[in-house]
Amino acid sequence: MITNFMNKALLLGISLYVSAPALADVSASRQVELMNLLKQDCGSCHGMTLRGGLGPALLPASLEGKPTQLLISTILEGRQNTAMPPWKTMLSDEDAAWIALRLKQGVN
Amino acid sequence: MTRFVTCILMALLAAPAFADQQLRGTGDLGIVIERASGSVQIIETSGNTSLGRVEGLGDLSHASVVYSRDERYAYVFGRDGGLTRVDMLERKITKRVMQAGNSIGGAISQDGTLVAVSNYTPGGVKVFDANTLDLVADIPAVYGDGSQRSRVIGLVDAPGRRFVFSLWDAGETWIADMSDPAKPGIRRFKNIGLNPYDALITPDGRYYIAGLFGEDGMALLDLWHTDKGVTRILDGYGKGEQKLPVYKMPHLEGWTVAGHYAFVPAVGHHEVLVIDLLDWQEAGRIQVHGQPVFVMARPDGRHVWVNFAVPDNDTVQVIDTQSLAIIKTLKPGRAVLHMEFEPRGEQVWVSARDDDIVSVYDTETFERVATIPAGKPSGIFLTSRAHRTGL
Repeated sequence: MITNFMNKALLLGISLYVSAPALADVSASRQVELMNLLKQDCGSCHGMTLRGGLGPALLPASLEGKPTQLLISTILEGRQNTAMPPWKTMLSDEDAAWIALRLKQGVN
Repeated sequence: MTRFVTCILMALLAAPAFADQQLRGTGDLGIVIERASGSVQIIETSGNTSLGRVEGLGDLSHASVVYSRDERYAYVFGRDGGLTRVDMLERKITKRVMQAGNSIGGAISQDGTLVAVSNYTPGGVKVFDANTLDLVADIPAVYGDGSQRSRVIGLVDAPGRRFVFSLWDAGETWIADMSDPAKPGIRRFKNIGLNPYDALITPDGRYYIAGLFGEDGMALLDLWHTDKGVTRILDGYGKGEQKLPVYKMPHLEGWTVAGHYAFVPAVGHHEVLVIDLLDWQEAGRIQVHGQPVFVMARPDGRHVWVNFAVPDNDTVQVIDTQSLAIIKTLKPGRAVLHMEFEPRGEQVWVSARDDDIVSVYDTETFERVATIPAGKPSGIFLTSRAHRTGL
């Protein structure tokens, strides 16, 4: 029982670690691609300056209080019954984590 | 001798000024939106060249343009709520107002006197005097208990000094009769369907058709018989199929029609739908390369050109409207965002955002005949739109 719990805790720890890597885990050239995707393609619904459109604003102030992990899973899995699609076919976990952290920091 | 030299000097000095003042029409001009830099290029389609750039138009992501009836002025609708009038000949801004926080498009009235803008924030439509850009009417898109405002999409002009638009959040279509601009007459049509994402009006100004994002189908309003209300067409076109993620909202622009068939993008499917206009039933579906964004007919209706959402947005396909077969697949560049046919259809302009180019294709040979550098180009709008209802 205890072992099982510890295993779960360990797994959870690993998955948190894996899914929230440092910004440096994404190569410089990939960062350029991701920033273009963020401004241009995410921007087609959220606005190029991320002030919102059909999708909500993605400025640091509007994301305050939202856990990074929630942003990552929203990017990868989308949001059901909304226009937000899952991007996991185009983005890796690291890509999504990088985007989520950049959104929290602000990109403009 | 001195006199002679002076004469020559004067002639030399005068030459560029004279060239600038040469008379020219505007019928072969157009605008390319440079979405990331807040600028537009003025282009001409006789020699396929850029004439110059106008800067200072704000956030032009998802920007669109309508033209004054004399084709002298362009009204540019920016994403940040900016409404800018550009002189196509002098290539400068002649008026600019910030009219909202977040906008999505606009229209010009049949008589050319009113310009309307559809806004997300605050949700509604604002109408301006086309000459002065003074506000003449503010139409908040209120719904529910009256405390909520919906984002507005699919704004078009309709005959009789009317504007027609739809409410994304409320699932409604409204007609605003601007006969008396001080007192817009509003007619509301409720429950047209979930999340209308864009709309078009047929060139005769009779049918207004909104595409639905939230369900498979389109909402049709016959403006000659508004008492019949909004009816559903293509209901359940995706039945039994897994809906694919939509990485970019499709657009409905103009009326892509050939004979009695019309062509529209399917939402969440890699298909173009064919509607038979005789009975508004589905007449077929064409498998295409990705999720269609623009489905545009060459003006003669013989071919339909289609571009796609990311990640398939490096491709354009051409459909033969007689056989419904794809007859050509082109790779105009990375992130193809828009296509604009010249008014008689012999050439088409195609923007490729991530390659920073606009290309001109011959529509018979499919050869690229010109390439013009442009900064993150998106929409392309030719002045011939001035004389077409709904554009």
